[in-house]
Amino acid sequence: MRLIVPLRGVIQGRGGLFVGSLIPCCLFYFLQLYLKRRRPPPTDPTELPRTSSRTNLFSRGNSIGRVRVSSRAVPVAKPSDSPYYIGLERVKTDPYDRIKNTDGIIQLGLAESTLCFDLLQRWMSENLMESMMQSDDGEFDISSIAMYKPFEGLLELRVAFADFMSRIMGGNVSFDPSNMVITAGGTPAIEVLAFCLADHGNAFLIPTPYYPGFDRDIKFRTGVELIPVHCRSSDNFTVTVSALEQALNQARKRGSKVSGILFSNPSNPVGNILSRETLQDILRFAQEKNIHVISDEIFAGSVYGDKEFVSMAEIAGSGEFDKSRVHIIYGLSKDLSIPGFRAGVIYSFHEDVVNAAKKLMRFSSVPVPVQRILISLLSDVRFIEEYMTAHRQRIRDKHIRFVEGLKQLGIPCAESGGGLYCWVDMSSLLTSYSEKGELELFEKLLTVAKINATPGTACYCIEPGWFRCCFTALADEDIPVIMERIRQLRESSRS
Amino acid sequence: MTRTGIYRSRSGTPDSKTSAGNDGGGGGGGTTVMRVIVPLQGVVQGRGGLVLGSVIPCAFFYFLQFYLKRNRRDEPVSESDPANQDSGSYPENSGSSSPTQSELNGLSRSLSRVIISPRSSGAHVSVSGRANSILKGGDTPYHVGLKRVAEDPYDELGNPDGIIELGLAQNKLSSDLVSDQNSIGLSLSGIASYEPSDGLMELKMVVAKLMSEATKNSVCFDPSQLVLTSGAASAIEILSFCLADSGNAFLVPTPCSPGFHVDVKWRNGVEIIHVPCRSSDNFNISVTALDRTFSQAKKRGVRIRGIIISNPSNPMGRLLSRENLYALLDFAREKNIHIISNEIFACSIHGDEEAEFVSIAEIADTEENLDKERVHIVYDLSKDLSFPGLRAGAIYSFNENVLAASRKLTTLSPVSSPSQHLLMSAISKPEFLQTYVKTNRQRLQRIYSEFVKGLKGLGIECTRSNGGLFCWADMRGLISSYSEKGEIELWNKFLDIGKFNVTPGSCCHCIEPGWFRFCFSNLSEKDVLVVMNRIRKVCVTCKSQN
Repeated sequence: MRLIVPLRGVIQGRGGLFVGSLIPCCLFYFLQLYLKRRRPPPTDPTELPRTSSRTNLFSRGNSIGRVRVSSRAVPVAKPSDSPYYIGLERVKTDPYDRIKNTDGIIQLGLAESTLCFDLLQRWMSENLMESMMQSDDGEFDISSIAMYKPFEGLLELRVAFADFMSRIMGGNVSFDPSNMVITAGGTPAIEVLAFCLADHGNAFLIPTPYYPGFDRDIKFRTGVELIPVHCRSSDNFTVTVSALEQALNQARKRGSKVSGILFSNPSNPVGNILSRETLQDILRFAQEKNIHVISDEIFAGSVYGDKEFVSMAEIAGSGEFDKSRVHIIYGLSKDLSIPGFRAGVIYSFHEDVVNAAKKLMRFSSVPVPVQRILISLLSDVRFIEEYMTAHRQRIRDKHIRFVEGLKQLGIPCAESGGGLYCWVDMSSLLTSYSEKGELELFEKLLTVAKINATPGTACYCIEPGWFRCCFTALADEDIPVIMERIRQLRESSRS
Repeated sequence: MTRTGIYRSRSGTPDSKTSAGNDGGGGGGGTTVMRVIVPLQGVVQGRGGLVLGSVIPCAFFYFLQFYLKRNRRDEPVSESDPANQDSGSYPENSGSSSPTQSELNGLSRSLSRVIISPRSSGAHVSVSGRANSILKGGDTPYHVGLKRVAEDPYDELGNPDGIIELGLAQNKLSSDLVSDQNSIGLSLSGIASYEPSDGLMELKMVVAKLMSEATKNSVCFDPSQLVLTSGAASAIEILSFCLADSGNAFLVPTPCSPGFHVDVKWRNGVEIIHVPCRSSDNFNISVTALDRTFSQAKKRGVRIRGIIISNPSNPMGRLLSRENLYALLDFAREKNIHIISNEIFACSIHGDEEAEFVSIAEIADTEENLDKERVHIVYDLSKDLSFPGLRAGAIYSFNENVLAASRKLTTLSPVSSPSQHLLMSAISKPEFLQTYVKTNRQRLQRIYSEFVKGLKGLGIECTRSNGGLFCWADMRGLISSYSEKGEIELWNKFLDIGKFNVTPGSCCHCIEPGWFRFCFSNLSEKDVLVVMNRIRKVCVTCKSQN
């Protein structure tokens, strides 16, 4: 930046050609002086005639040792230091089982739901093989599932997805299958979007606390930065335009180019549902700043509160705004509880994004047999209706039980209306009101109470003491076990 | 930072003014940057002087600014808020508080170059620069051909005039064997919930067995060194991410598979440097040529991180011999670079009994000094099992770091659980694997000899091949001009007159025009006759024109 400023002055007609040249000239002079002084002592020219150039020195130098991986692979290969992943790994080593391993660690850190497995089991046992093998004329043809198909997903599947999405979002919004690209899960969807909307080194604004997986999904390969926009418990962790504005200004001052805003709705980890007004404010803000909006709506069908879920697609379609900056991520892993299927979708109003994403799907498309299963599953309207009703009802029941249990221990939760988790305020259990205290509690929960919950630090929450607890993979009888473990932990730390 | 600034402004990227400060990954800038650095290097090496070293960049700057200043006059000038742009904090913001206003003001705001940049126009939000290059890329004849076939596919009964697909490497010959095995059902408990994204251990064991089977059990593959991905394309992408940084390069002997470029470059920004092989050498890879290209690239300042080969080679369909592989590995060791062997057609061998597939893993295993860490293998279950729709590929590596990084990256291109279970139920029976490999070989052999005989009858020679799903045909006699243009003309005739799609050599980056890749494994024996008739038709029109 410093170098370019004199140049810009010239372009805009102020300053002069001379000053514009002199400054870089001086900088070059000092750079060379610096390089000259730091030059390594010359090696013997007769022995190693080719090492005088720096390029040569570089790759020759390590040829004796082991071959290296790329520098960007190194941080990826390192074990993660985020408590979110540490917790998940720990559960794998000693998972709780009601009968076989009653002392194991209970998983509250992974947002998966087993609430409606009975319904899915029934459907799958009736239709699974048939749905995959059946072709249009009723006869099984292996080439209909074995051979190459368009990477962005079969049109039938996109149509079924569009219907399904508008159904779970209350029917107020319709989705156009041609704006849709089917991806192998929500994770590739977010990565591909980040790749298409921002260049390496650009940034997205993201309200905190946010889903800890975004760090990996976005930063690993695309080189896009995430700039946290801090939300507080006093607002029930809802993002405000003034906070966005402030974060954007600070980022720009630092020289970061902000390409968009990324948020999840219902929010993960809090479980908030953003109101129509908030969504409008965000989109208005994005339009004013000319940046993109990515709305992660992967929990749209897991809404259990009284508050109505409004999709960003509905706001964008209202005609009041420029749609092309709005991009939506959806997937079946959470709402249909089939994460193993790895089925997600990018829904974008920007034609270029759709086209680029289609091409990138060569790296993460959904296998054709899986697409066939999904087509029949999503088009079975009767089943979907039955499933969604049960899914919502059962989350609601489980949520009430879980929150009630915590309440009896005197532990409050943030108000929430969607998602497979609740956002628990455990600050009363902290030994010190700080990030350190929170991580200590996390460690104690894991080792003493044998519970894996995601600490707020992993979600970049600025207030210590909050934990995300996913309750939808629990059976009713597990809840008292958890409450008892927490109670014991509290008592042991008091004494 | 200095260099980046110069390079970006010269290339006229207007938004570099806001982003130059944090631009870390501008791939492909190597050569341009070099030119600016040359005076510097003189100084670093002790020749030249400080003054000269400063005056040259100074002069560059002068002319650059002069140029920019002159260019600016051509643009529509109107009053804007210069203070606002000077501060640099709101280059995109001025005067677009509402959509209607920004439309009205659309033109009057184009004074500064910053504002002309796509980012800042009020009405349209733009996609990233790298997405744009993807949008433009990929329209090679290879892709155009595939699209044409999709529009009007040949069907023996339904659409006998449709276009026959000979451009896509997929195997329809043995899919009946796989589907027989599929009678085993899937159960929900295994497929719905979260599984490790790098593949189930059970499946890895089956895959390792399949890979061993391909080498006639001369190598034992270790399942713990496998990482499963969604297809070979993502396997190559993940490997190239792990082995090379943006702006680094891989050596690739050409003709090569048409997809490499996309897999390596699109998202990773890794370059491919071709090492051309010629028909006079029978398209064999020569280490001398590799060495020469390596040194040339190094001189240009490009860092070579590895070499990618296909075995059996694609598009020639030739198996690499043990000697070839030793030579390549020696070369890689000498230069301390990685070697990626693309063995996706390891089970699709159609040569006679002597034709034997040798995996690079075998060569690596016989190495005494344990220098295996540079060897990586890409495998594709779905290709060899005639099931590309399943999207299941694999990385096999001897390098712990690469494995650790790849395992995490598979969340970004995972194999779905139903796919994994389908594959397992299809191939976990030991006798099935042997039968499949054997039957597949016989069927490929039959269709291959039929096809090559047919071509020979038309006077078209193929290079001798013994693996893969394709043959590499010499059609130099049919092209009107000995150039890429002539080749594409002929290819167009194939599509329009002959109504079949093949892959022209230029898509495989072959430097000699007139070669075409025919994928015969799409065809039944009956189809071969149809194809030959169609080729004859094109031959006749070509000859009448000549």
